[in-house]
Parts: sequence; structure tokens; C-alpha cells
Amino acid sequence: MNIIKSMLAATVITASLSTGASAEVRLGLDSANYEPFYSRGSDGEWTGWEIEIGDAICAAMKEDCSWVPIAWDGIIPALTAKKIDAIFGSMSITDERKKTINFSDKYYNTPAALVAPKGMSIESVDDLKGKKIGVQVSTTHSNYVEKYLSDGTEVKIYSDFNEHNQDLFAGRVDAIVADSLALAPFLESAEGSCCEVKMELNDEAVFGIGVGAGIRKEDTELLAKVNAAIKQIREDGTYDEIAKKYFDFDIYGGSN
Amino acid sequence: MVWDWLPEYLPRFAEGLWITIKLFVLSLFFGFALAIPIGLVQVSGPKWLGLIARGFCTLFRGTPLLIQLWLLYYGLGSVVPYYPGLRESFIWPILVEAFPYAIVAFSLSVAAYEGHVMKGAFQSVPKGELEAGRAFGMKGFTLLRRVWFPRAMQNVLPTLAGEAVLTLKSVPLASTITIFGVYGVGSIVRQETYRTYEPLLFVGFIYVCITALVVVLFRWLESRVPSESQM
Repeated sequence: MNIIKSMLAATVITASLSTGASAEVRLGLDSANYEPFYSRGSDGEWTGWEIEIGDAICAAMKEDCSWVPIAWDGIIPALTAKKIDAIFGSMSITDERKKTINFSDKYYNTPAALVAPKGMSIESVDDLKGKKIGVQVSTTHSNYVEKYLSDGTEVKIYSDFNEHNQDLFAGRVDAIVADSLALAPFLESAEGSCCEVKMELNDEAVFGIGVGAGIRKEDTELLAKVNAAIKQIREDGTYDEIAKKYFDFDIYGGSN
Repeated sequence: MVWDWLPEYLPRFAEGLWITIKLFVLSLFFGFALAIPIGLVQVSGPKWLGLIARGFCTLFRGTPLLIQLWLLYYGLGSVVPYYPGLRESFIWPILVEAFPYAIVAFSLSVAAYEGHVMKGAFQSVPKGELEAGRAFGMKGFTLLRRVWFPRAMQNVLPTLAGEAVLTLKSVPLASTITIFGVYGVGSIVRQETYRTYEPLLFVGFIYVCITALVVVLFRWLESRVPSESQM
């Protein structure tokens, strides 16, 4: 009897929680750390540049926001299934994704980088023939490798960003393609000192114009609010103030 | 339900199916080959060997397979670079591949579960039958081969079938170390088409088919082994 009662109580609590949560804007991000954009400390709190920008955008929209970690390969389905209201986890704006969801204006843009051991000589993409390349699943980087490098190379797909770094260090892959900025902390670490950025990769068709917030197609009201908020924090200096704390270059990438 | 993506991905699913089956069959084979001695030494071996076998079973049945897999693959991967000569050595091409790690991890897990089952199976053969065998002059390996092992297998085939099916359904774990079997291909479809139900249902359907095949295969095996009542 007691068990049934407590189960009922739990159901009531979860029900009231979920109705309460719909009043706030739930921002989804990758459940794995993605430094320096976001990472979860031992206390369970999310910190990082993107968290601060997200909070600033919420403040500008005058909304209460919560952060919801979700496995990256399920994050777009989670958005369309209304488990979250916006994706705020360094998702690049691409035409492919636009078929399913809307994007806000970009809030940052960094180039992709090809990283390989220091001893390896890579002058151009052709030097990668016969090599193993690691990428994270469900990223523009994996799309790039699929499009340009899948001939003559072996592509290894990882579910987690940190895992392909580890395997690059271990020598199981010869090179990885990932975001240049996200790679910076790894390259500065003891393990990452094995390797360096060989080249920056640019291809607007694959990498898109930058990173924006992913929002459901029908949610045009939220889209307009987010765009206005991005514009506002860009203009009132909040954006630059936060960016200065993390980066010594223009993370916004251009003036548009 | 939208299925128009299916024809495009079928070749990749075929590749994935091959990887899944290869991993499943090989680990079942190596695992069972290990399980027989592991079960046997617990029943009749020297005491210390029996204790080691029991400890092995407890350890590997008591920890998640995912952890074992990662300890092997990423754990070893993080240590390997500190042995400079290793990269030039002849075993390096094997250490670089993920597949051998998966085979080792899955085989050890199968060995632990089935080793435990085999221990019970060997125990369940009545002493009188072994003594009868000895009375006919059979010794050691001959006794094992002609009486003990076949009698043990009779009792235990249905249990082994169950264990095999459970092993099959652990195979998706290998996708976390870059081995993209059926499940891995399903997750690629999910990320590229943004469809959730259809790819997952299709992956589930493939697994049901393989499971059915495994069950039929074990039934056939059971029918080949004469049961108690037929003797």
C-alpha cells in the first residue's frame, strides 16, 4: 500500500513539474562537455561561454530559462518532440538541418580544423589518402569528411568529441576534423601536445554560416524573440563583454 | 511512418549486419571455448584454479560490459602511447583496430556467464554415470569427451540459447568504440534523416530476425542431442 502511495505521489510530482517547466524556455545542449562553450562541473552546474551568452539572451528576452542536457544524436528529435524549446549547444546552421528546424541568426562562427600529429606532413587534403580520420557523429565535420575525404581514407565515427581526441593521442586515428575552438583546450593539454592544427577547413555549403539556436518550425514567436535578443546583446555590449572573458579574437566572426 | 530513406541505406545496413554477426559469432565461439575449462575446473580442478575461475566469473558478471569494453579500448589506448617502440612493432596494426578489442571484451563476458552455466551443467551429471564410465575403463579426457561433456550439454542447451540471445543484444554497445553494426547504421540514419521511430524499428526488426535464427539453430541442436526420455 505504501509503495503504491509513494508511486502515486511521485507521479503527481513529475506531472506538476512538467507542467511547471513549460512556462520556462528549455534550452537543450549536448550532454557531453564541449569546452570552452559548455561543460558541467562536479556540482552539476553548467558553465562556459555559450551558457553565459544563453543566459544573457534569456535575460534580454525576459524569460526564465533552464538547461537540458541531451545526447547529441537525439537533440533534433528532442526539439521536434517538444522535450526542449531551443537547441543552444553550438549547432551549426546548415541547409540539411533547416529542412527540419528553424535557426536563429548566428551567434558565433569558428572554422573547422584538421588536427594531426606534429610529425606528420599534411600540405593538402590529398595527403590524407590511406589515413584514418576521426569525426564525431552528427556533426558538420562528419558531413565534410563524408563529402570530401571518404574516398581513399578510413573514416571512424565517434559518439563523443573527447573520444576521438583520445584516439588521436593513442594513435588509432591519424587525424581528426573538429571545431578549431573546441579543440584548443585539448591541444593545450599534455595529451594534446602530440598534435597541431594542420589546416583550417572552409566550406560554406557544409559548415554553414555559423552557429545559431535551433527552434521548432512552428515556433516563430520564439524565433523572433531570440533574434531580437541576439541583436540587443550585440548592440549593448553584453556580447563583447562575455566574449572578452573567453577569447582574444572575434568569436562572432565578421560584422554581419 | 516514412520509409523512403530505406533503399538508400540498405547497403550500409548489410555491411552493419555483417559486422554484427561477425562480432556475435566470434565472441560466442571464443567465449564458449573458454567457458568449458572455466566450468570444469570449478567442479573438478585443483582448488586454487577453481577459485581463480570463480573469481573471474564473479568479476566479469558483476561489472557492466560497457565498462569492460571501455577499460579495454580507451583504457589501454591511453596507456599505449607511453611505450614508444610499440608503434613501430608488428602488433600495432592490430592494436589500432577497434574490432579485436570488442572480440576480447565480448568473449570474456560470454566466458564468464557461460562458465558459470557450465559449472552447474557439469555438476548436474550424476556421479553414478561417471563411475559407470570409469568402470568401462575410460579415463580423464576420454571420460569427459564421451560421458561428462555430452551429458552436461543435454541439460544446458536451452540456458545457453538464452545466454546467446542476451549476448547478441549487447552488440550495440560496440558502437561506442566505433564499431558500427546494425545499431550504428541505424544511428547514422537517425542523424542524417532526423527520423527516430523508423530507423529504430528497423534495427529492432533486424535483431528479432537474428534472434529467431539463433533460437531455431539451438532448437535444431537440441533435437540432435538425445534427451533423457529417448535414452
